[in-house]
Amino acid sequence: MWTTRLRKATVEKFEPTDILPDEQPAYVASWIYVFGVLTLAALTMVIATGITLATKGSSWFHVSDVGRYVNSLHLWATEFFFVFMVVHLWGKFWMAAWRGRRFATWVTGGIAFVASIGTAFTGYLIQTNFDSQWIASEAKDGLNSVGIGSFFNTLNTGQSLLLHVAVAPLAVGIIVIWHVILVRRRGVVPPLDALDIAGGAK
Amino acid sequence: MRTKERAVDLEKWQGRKRPYDLVKEFVVAMVAVAVLVFACSSIFGSPDERAITLQDWAKNTPSDFVKTTTSELAGGTTSATYGAPYNQASEGQVLGPLKLQKWFGVKVPIEAARDFVVAPLAMSDKPAIQAALVQWKSATAATQSKWATGYADALEKAGEVTSVADSNGSFGPVPTMASGLLDIAQVGALDGMLTTQASPLPTDFTKPLLFLADGTYLEDLAVEQHLGGDQWGMMNETGSYPGQSWMWLYSFWYQIEPLKSSENADAQVWAIMGLLTLGLLFLPKIPILNQLPRRIPIQRLIWRQYYREENL
Repeated sequence: MWTTRLRKATVEKFEPTDILPDEQPAYVASWIYVFGVLTLAALTMVIATGITLATKGSSWFHVSDVGRYVNSLHLWATEFFFVFMVVHLWGKFWMAAWRGRRFATWVTGGIAFVASIGTAFTGYLIQTNFDSQWIASEAKDGLNSVGIGSFFNTLNTGQSLLLHVAVAPLAVGIIVIWHVILVRRRGVVPPLDALDIAGGAK
Repeated sequence: MRTKERAVDLEKWQGRKRPYDLVKEFVVAMVAVAVLVFACSSIFGSPDERAITLQDWAKNTPSDFVKTTTSELAGGTTSATYGAPYNQASEGQVLGPLKLQKWFGVKVPIEAARDFVVAPLAMSDKPAIQAALVQWKSATAATQSKWATGYADALEKAGEVTSVADSNGSFGPVPTMASGLLDIAQVGALDGMLTTQASPLPTDFTKPLLFLADGTYLEDLAVEQHLGGDQWGMMNETGSYPGQSWMWLYSFWYQIEPLKSSENADAQVWAIMGLLTLGLLFLPKIPILNQLPRRIPIQRLIWRQYYREENL
């Protein structure tokens, strides 16, 4: 049964200590490792501030000082989210972190990056201010030129709003969770020059 | 050449370990990020330049408004000649033999002269405008084009004006229609007329934004805010904020030739970025690139503590 195979491919591959480990390989000792968890922390801030903005409506930040401040938190959390994610990505590249059947981890990370760009883009479209008018007007040409404009109209603020608060976060959330599960399952890739001894280094 | 996977990379790590608390790490990261985000928000805030309206346009640059209205009637604006997904006036952008823009079809139908000018004017109760519309609708397409093109040329020649005298009647009803739409826009009625056709509670601003973008007012304001296409505008934001800095590579292609002046620049940039994105995703499988981490040993710096401790 595919249900059995699914269970075996997911839950049964994990040991409880894989999810929240109390130890790590000795080589996990560099500032570069911090950027993965910083990315997740920034994403948490993005979601929390985004939910606050969503509950108050798309025009709130135009008319309320508190709304403007929450909008600023959402903006800066997004900016830091991307900074951390890009540093994390470069770090993983220089580690050749796809080694040892970790290709899917790399790919899900890459998809998360691209999906995040799309999500942020829809966020810029729903600001209901001059910036969003101009971005919508300019970006439509790019999307239209390859046919995407027939499905996603940047000038339709209602469509962008729903994409930004529902569809896009769902997509990013799923891919990020998948990425984190793969990281926990495969573990952190060993150093390139670690001794190749079956079963791990000395 | 395929590199053989090493056992040490494949199997669970059996070497030295160190204590680790993932929950603690996440909490510390949350606090650090919160401090950074609250600090930047308190110091820099966020931009919020008020949206512009058709009324702003008609009041601030009435000459541009009238010229654009006339060009819509003449069928010469960007919207009128766009192609898919708005109309079939052109093939749109192509990628070699791929006509993706055309193939995906007209999904947001726009007929610029009808939607932006004639339909709003039809809501006016002024006899002069109604008479002008009757004259416009009873004329052939060739006559309409002759009137509108003639008036567009006369306006262009006259400079910053909102009307030109029609001494020999060669512009037909076009001057009345253009002036009539200017009046409607200046009192703020046109914004509602272009957004409430589908629903009285609008969320779709396709028509007013397309009309606005056909003039120069929107672009002039954007260029003032360093948002123009040749000013890295794709990634910039109003004011001095970082904007979508992650779009730097996408913006970059628009700054260089031959893409900068290409008629199909958007499609070509999308194709380049599509290929580069695939390259990023499949980088571990791309020869030479997947060997860079070994050739340029930044990893020695990353794992320097481990290598020192292990004498490697």
